Amino acid sequence: MIRIENLSKTFTLHNQGGAILRVMEGANLTVEAGECVGLTGQSGAGKSTLMRMIHGNYLAASGAIRVAGVDVVTAQPRQIIALRRDRLGYVSQFLRVVPRVPTIEVVAEPLRLLGTPESEARARAAALLARLNIPERLWGLSPTTFSGGEQQRVNIARGFAHPYPLLLLDEPTASLDAANREVVLALIEEAKARGGAILGIFHDEAARNRVCDRLVDVSGFTPGAAA
Amino acid sequence: MSAPRTPSRAMPPQDRAARPGNRPDRKGTAVSDYNFAYLDEQTKRMIRRALLKALAVPGYQVPFASREMPMPYGWGTGGVQVTAACLTPGDRLKVIDQGADDTTNAVSIRRFFQRTAGVAVTERTADATVIQTRHRIPEQPLTEAQILVYQVPIPEPLRFLEPRETETRKMHELEEYGLMHVKLYEDIARHGEIATSYAYPVKVEGRYVMDPSPIPKFDNPKLADNPAIQLFGAGRESRIYAVPPYSQVVSLDFEDHPFVASKADHDCDLCGASESYLDEVITDDRGSRMFVCSDTDFCNARQAAGHRGRLSAQEVA
Amino acid sequence: MDGANLTMPLLSVQRLTKRYGPRIGCAEVAFDLWPGEVLGIVGESGSGKSTLLSCLAGLQRPDEGAILWEGRDVLGFSEAERRRLLRGDWAYVHQNPRDGLRMGVSAGGNVGERLMAVGQRHYGAIRDTATDWLGRVEIAAERIDDRPSAFSGGMQQRLQIARNLVTGPRLVFMDEPTGGLDVSVQARLLDLLRGLVRDLGLSVVIVTHDLAVVRLLADRLMVMKSGHVVETGLTDQVLDDPQHAYTQLLVSSVLQV
Repeated sequence: MIRIENLSKTFTLHNQGGAILRVMEGANLTVEAGECVGLTGQSGAGKSTLMRMIHGNYLAASGAIRVAGVDVVTAQPRQIIALRRDRLGYVSQFLRVVPRVPTIEVVAEPLRLLGTPESEARARAAALLARLNIPERLWGLSPTTFSGGEQQRVNIARGFAHPYPLLLLDEPTASLDAANREVVLALIEEAKARGGAILGIFHDEAARNRVCDRLVDVSGFTPGAAA
Repeated sequence: MSAPRTPSRAMPPQDRAARPGNRPDRKGTAVSDYNFAYLDEQTKRMIRRALLKALAVPGYQVPFASREMPMPYGWGTGGVQVTAACLTPGDRLKVIDQGADDTTNAVSIRRFFQRTAGVAVTERTADATVIQTRHRIPEQPLTEAQILVYQVPIPEPLRFLEPRETETRKMHELEEYGLMHVKLYEDIARHGEIATSYAYPVKVEGRYVMDPSPIPKFDNPKLADNPAIQLFGAGRESRIYAVPPYSQVVSLDFEDHPFVASKADHDCDLCGASESYLDEVITDDRGSRMFVCSDTDFCNARQAAGHRGRLSAQEVA
Repeated sequence: MDGANLTMPLLSVQRLTKRYGPRIGCAEVAFDLWPGEVLGIVGESGSGKSTLLSCLAGLQRPDEGAILWEGRDVLGFSEAERRRLLRGDWAYVHQNPRDGLRMGVSAGGNVGERLMAVGQRHYGAIRDTATDWLGRVEIAAERIDDRPSAFSGGMQQRLQIARNLVTGPRLVFMDEPTGGLDVSVQARLLDLLRGLVRDLGLSVVIVTHDLAVVRLLADRLMVMKSGHVVETGLTDQVLDDPQHAYTQLLVSSVLQV
């Protein structure tokens, strides 16, 4: 489902004397359907960078990222938009939404983009919010006013609203209490069970051990490390 | 044009002979120092060309080089120039202001042409060959032998909502007339019905939207299929337009708010006519009022024929 | 909905150039816009983004290039065809609602004008449609007979949007639609625009200097500087991993987007 070959990434800082930062080289990785792969490596080793490249958020310098038949490195923007809409889900660490939009609509939006009728999309969103213990009285409010933990759960609900075949999870259990952490892990297990391919970053070692089938240490992709 | 008949009375060439020297024998009142019908022959030729173009493109506003006339703008300088360009020594002229022959404006224009053209004048609609009008169409049906000349203050029907002349011309060119209906929409939204009661916009021959000058909308149906030539002159705005005989003229409206040619719901208090356009006249300071035909010739003719209205006995007595 | 499956772009712009004497308005601009796509054009004042937009929308004539609408070059259209396009399939939302509204005409008349322009002649039906559209842009139905001059800036802008969308255009040009509005009003308008774009499947070309606006509205971004396009790409990619020196400067100059 995800196949990464010989991927490299550089940042050119034009406004700092044109400094070129080589942050990744020779990255190879695959994630199969029904599998959860965890990325490890110390902070700054490039876990989030790799994930952002798969999502199309960062441009690769060279190599290939094949995701559900699309090479994200060379794809047109509209191909990536289509990929994100129906095949590739992404739960980032931060919730970014239009202010004022009610929580339930934030969660239902991925389904609405796919043309799901409003009532059905809202029902699915409501079920997820309930499961993630967001009190119903908050559903009509914008999540911008919520606490960090609540925002994170809204973000997860949004990420799981549509059963994407591919999911990228960046620290999904961070800042969650035990009960909610349990709900998120169950959601991941259910996604795996229906054949979803998942790539995740988990600082929580117990969580990582429970849901991940394999671990990949990105330190091996740091320039110079492979040599 | 719906009936491409040649009007029996177009603009005849006789007036070429009408040089200053030829006139004085008529009635003896003409002032020989003036050119026939005041305007010089070059100006008349220019106006006639504009008139011919206007007749060829019904409803289209033809620019013309409007002249200074010996009267202020707003007193019918456009209509006077058109009339001057149409008059021949054999014509009989009638001038009405809001239907009446005896108001200041009508009297002075009539006198003007008596002095400068020496033409015969009349107050009887049926006897006139040229009728200059301000804001009415006579009640008596016109004939192919007649020309009706309208005085027009603002020729552009779109002006109300679009002040740019360049833009309104473009809108006419491209038949973008949605704006005209916006005006009617606003009327209904504000008053519950189309409250525009005069200068009610019409579409001529399915093409140009035209301002019929501030005639009451009661007169609008008379614009259509009329045997007479209808000419419109706007002096200040330098525009001439025309409705040829037997033209299709449709008042704009909505399907669910159709055009109605309304008038005061009374009969004439002098002649008893029920089908003519009425003026309301306040008769004292206690709110008494009467309704009389705005067309004085029509009303007089009816009274002469023995018709009587609610207040005619008093009048007589 | 899925633009990737369609074989022809809705709008295809080729080598568009506009000069003002020796000065360049915009130069060699080219892009394709696909059905349902929102393209953001960003850059600072004088970068040529507004020139480009007015050339695209037919308000100015470019010196060179082509603008293909469903394969036909709009620049070859007669004025009548062009104006028909502008009141039918295309719409233009001005930065200042006063430029896009008739201030002397009621809200209902403003929304109804485009309907009447395309030949609707049933007052009741026009009014019903106008009422419906006022609701969609969150203007109370009882304000239908009020003039825009009695509305707040945000309401005027929403009214302008309703007036533009009532005839179901497929392509909407927007020039700084949230400019000049309070931040809270901006958010409401952005949310509204997002919903309309999604529900109606609109294609949009939006010009703004506000990166937060394009982050929330645009699928793709074009960055302009001195009349030239210096960078294009997926909106979040351009903002989070800008490649061109100018884009990096632009992004780093914003406090938080």
